[in-house]
Amino acid sequence: MDLAINPFSSGTRLRDMIRSIRACKTAAEERAVVRRECAAIRAAISEGDQDYRHRNMAKLMFIHMLGYPTHFGQMECLKLIAAAGFPEKRIGYLGLTLLLDERQEVLMLVTNSLKQDLNHSNQFIVGLALCALGNICSAEMARDLAPEVERLLQNRDPNTKKKAALCSIRIVRKVPDLAENFMSAAASLLKEKHHGVLISAVQLCTELCKASDEALEYLRKNCLEGLVRVLRDVSNSSYAPEYDIGGITDPFLHIRVLKLMRTLGQGDADCSEYINDILAQVATKTESNKNAGNAILYECVETIMGIEATSGLRVLAINILGRFLSNRDNNIRYVALNMLMKAIAVDTQAVQRHRATILECVKDADVSIRKRALELVYLLVNDTNVKPLTKELVDYLEVSDQEFKEDLTAKICSIVEKFSQDKLWYLDQMFRVLSLAGNYVKDDVWHALIVLMSNASELQGYSVRSLYKALQACGEQESLVRVAVWCIGEYGEMLVNNISMLDMEEPITVTESDAVDAVEVALKRYSADVTTRAMCLVSLLKLSSRFPPTSERIKEIVAQNKGNTVLELQQRSIEFSSIIQRHQSIKSSLLERMPVLDEANYLAKRAASTQATVSSVKSAPAVTPGGPLKLPNGVAKPPEAPLADLLDLSSDDAPVTTSAPATAPNDFLQNLLGIGLTDSSPTGGAPSTSTDLLMDLLSIGSSPVQNGPPTSNVNLPGIAETKPAPVTPQVVDLLDGLSSSTSIADENSAYPTITAFQSATLRITFSFKKQPGKPQETTISASFTNLATTTFTDFIFQAAVPKFIQLRLDPASSSTLPAGGNGLVTQSLSVTNNQHGQKPLAMRIRMSYKVNGEDRLEQGQISNFPAGL
Amino acid sequence: MTIRFVLFVNKQGQTRLAQYYEHLSLDERRALEGEIVRKCLARTDQQCSFVEHRNYKVVYRRYASLFFLVGVDNDENELAILEFIHLLVETMDRHFGNVCELDIMFHLEKVHFMLEEMVMNGCIVETSKQNILAPIQLMEKTS
Repeated sequence: MDLAINPFSSGTRLRDMIRSIRACKTAAEERAVVRRECAAIRAAISEGDQDYRHRNMAKLMFIHMLGYPTHFGQMECLKLIAAAGFPEKRIGYLGLTLLLDERQEVLMLVTNSLKQDLNHSNQFIVGLALCALGNICSAEMARDLAPEVERLLQNRDPNTKKKAALCSIRIVRKVPDLAENFMSAAASLLKEKHHGVLISAVQLCTELCKASDEALEYLRKNCLEGLVRVLRDVSNSSYAPEYDIGGITDPFLHIRVLKLMRTLGQGDADCSEYINDILAQVATKTESNKNAGNAILYECVETIMGIEATSGLRVLAINILGRFLSNRDNNIRYVALNMLMKAIAVDTQAVQRHRATILECVKDADVSIRKRALELVYLLVNDTNVKPLTKELVDYLEVSDQEFKEDLTAKICSIVEKFSQDKLWYLDQMFRVLSLAGNYVKDDVWHALIVLMSNASELQGYSVRSLYKALQACGEQESLVRVAVWCIGEYGEMLVNNISMLDMEEPITVTESDAVDAVEVALKRYSADVTTRAMCLVSLLKLSSRFPPTSERIKEIVAQNKGNTVLELQQRSIEFSSIIQRHQSIKSSLLERMPVLDEANYLAKRAASTQATVSSVKSAPAVTPGGPLKLPNGVAKPPEAPLADLLDLSSDDAPVTTSAPATAPNDFLQNLLGIGLTDSSPTGGAPSTSTDLLMDLLSIGSSPVQNGPPTSNVNLPGIAETKPAPVTPQVVDLLDGLSSSTSIADENSAYPTITAFQSATLRITFSFKKQPGKPQETTISASFTNLATTTFTDFIFQAAVPKFIQLRLDPASSSTLPAGGNGLVTQSLSVTNNQHGQKPLAMRIRMSYKVNGEDRLEQGQISNFPAGL
Repeated sequence: MTIRFVLFVNKQGQTRLAQYYEHLSLDERRALEGEIVRKCLARTDQQCSFVEHRNYKVVYRRYASLFFLVGVDNDENELAILEFIHLLVETMDRHFGNVCELDIMFHLEKVHFMLEEMVMNGCIVETSKQNILAPIQLMEKTS
């Protein structure tokens, strides 16, 4: 037994376990070994095994490190801590800090042991308790044990002192009110000689300054002198082997003192002046040929930037950074860039001087440095240097590696948008970015570009020609293709006829069929995604009206998608073919240029959507009235108005579209472009929805009841029925054949009768009937049954519905309900659900009646309406 | 809080020591270790020793087959942390004599003891190797 008590020599079984874990070839094997070991340890714990406790703990630590749950060992830690011997306590405390955390209730149990150990006569045991407390103590423990720790700060042993100081940091962090209790003790610790005590005391002071303003003031008055002395001593000290790192004595202490000086000097001119000299001394005398020296210089520069330093000192600091920046060591350059970001706030001009070097760093081989440099360049951009800087960045975009392009593109776009003074420059930069890295351009960026082009009528010709050229050269960049295709569709005639040429532009010859070719290529490109293809189809449709001679060809191209497996494309193809083929009369007005997009509105929405968490974006008007369509999106629509409905396939106030979260932020523009649905179609769309839609399309007699509440998609084929406003006959005509099929489905449908309300005295049942072709309207016939033994007189049934539902109550068959269920009273209700398919019916009801001349009132809410009403 | 975690990882990406100074659940730890190790191991010797990940800055240094990773706050002095890693390795070297991965695995608790003497609650508490090792040597002598 005595042999086994030594925890550190009986490691064989621990070793065995590690070996067998290492021998595992697969994760499953490892899990099996760990499970076996855990079972053995559990068994040992429940048997109260004394001899192998410590070894089991060591094993548990290893298992914990591998990422397996070890909660069952927690109580074992407590037992070890309560044991008398140092080795047991040692491993028990280690287990405590590793396996437990302050959230666990087990900690409550350890407070008492900790208190005893803090008062122990053995300084090592006191040290252990302090260490554990410093690592895990909770606010409650902090309050309970703070007096002990305060007392230990006065202890004679330096090791106890330093640990008590660090433990106080934790206590102050948990309970900032206690900061005042530690102020004077912390300040007096700075008089010590022991480095461990000093470094802990300095850190404690820093923490106190953060926790309380009172402490900050106190320390400014009382510890500055000591602090300067410490820094002077340590930086002037002769060689001290124990603390020497690369010829410098204890750089860690240097750095902590400098940090504290920064906290004290921030916003306080007197303090800053007091430490000016010593900072200058450190900044000039520290050797910069070793990493340790550079670490001190780096901290010193940060302190100089943080306090109210004299201008001379600041110049010194900026020069050090300049030296860092030209260093060959990547680590040094990294910290220099990091520091320059903070220096910008202090002295922008000084940082601007290093602009060329920083730009070089953007092109560095190391991604960490590139990222830092890019952030810095972003901060350096202003109105005067935006053009050369953007040029540099865009040039680099061409050669940068793939993974960096995304960051770079985002930053360039942001710079270009923020500082664009003239639209032409903005367009040029955006076109270049789209050509070079169109696959990385975010949706909102190219949406903004389209909005801008729509507003800049004098540049539309130039835009469409530039984009056409870019499309020929770089047809693989997704968002370039989208923007170009949109422009060709909208402004195709400007491309062909070279309308509104700019002076610097060279005329190009593009025939009508060239333009159609370009879109066709984009449509047929194998990697094009659904959104792009859908946009291509719209573009082609528009071109068929712009270039009548190509109409036949476009019809063929569009028709090729009639059998597309992606529903969105199939539907567009069929509908557009129908427009081209059969509706020449309305085509030209239907395919007019899109009204000018409201820029302010889009920017506001974009700003809002970047901040707001994506929630239900409802009822955004699809087309802002203005431009050619001087009509509100109201009831009386002229024949052109359905354009929006036709192209806008995502019904705009549909909270249940399958594409919901992803598309919401860009809702507005996507509606405009009529691509709201496309995100969901390729993979995201729930298969069930598409089959529903398909079944409706093919009218395979599927009743809405089985379908569940139909999503907005399902409504789409039957636009004629779903729109409450009367729609012009042309539109119905367009979709002919479809309307009748849906109504057949409706006719067959039967809804189950429900018990809408039941109390001890009254039962109400609802049965439902729908008129064919009017899915929103339901006729409910309500039957009332009196379950009590007395007759009800003056029976009145009332109902209330949400705003989106209209309700009409017909008179009841009688106002008297005979007792005991002998005889029914019926009443019929007509309900029109204006958001049919999106929101289910809901109703509150109230029944008032008289029993033996006494008034009675009953109320209820009906939420069990069958789906699909 | 300055140091937020200390990790030793071998070239295969297996964790050899993990000490966190803030609470993370087991799943979070596993995910974090996986992501960070993948990032660090992919870097070459010429690249700088700092990697930004989530809201951590990871300072790492490689000794033979072992990577030493220290996660710190964003305003921590990265160069000083590099020195700290070196100090930690030197301390282990002094104790084990030419420390290797197996020493750390088989004496996990001792390495933890050393780390506990050096760092408490994320703050550096002692930088003298002699002071760090004194309690451990004392313990070995008595047992």
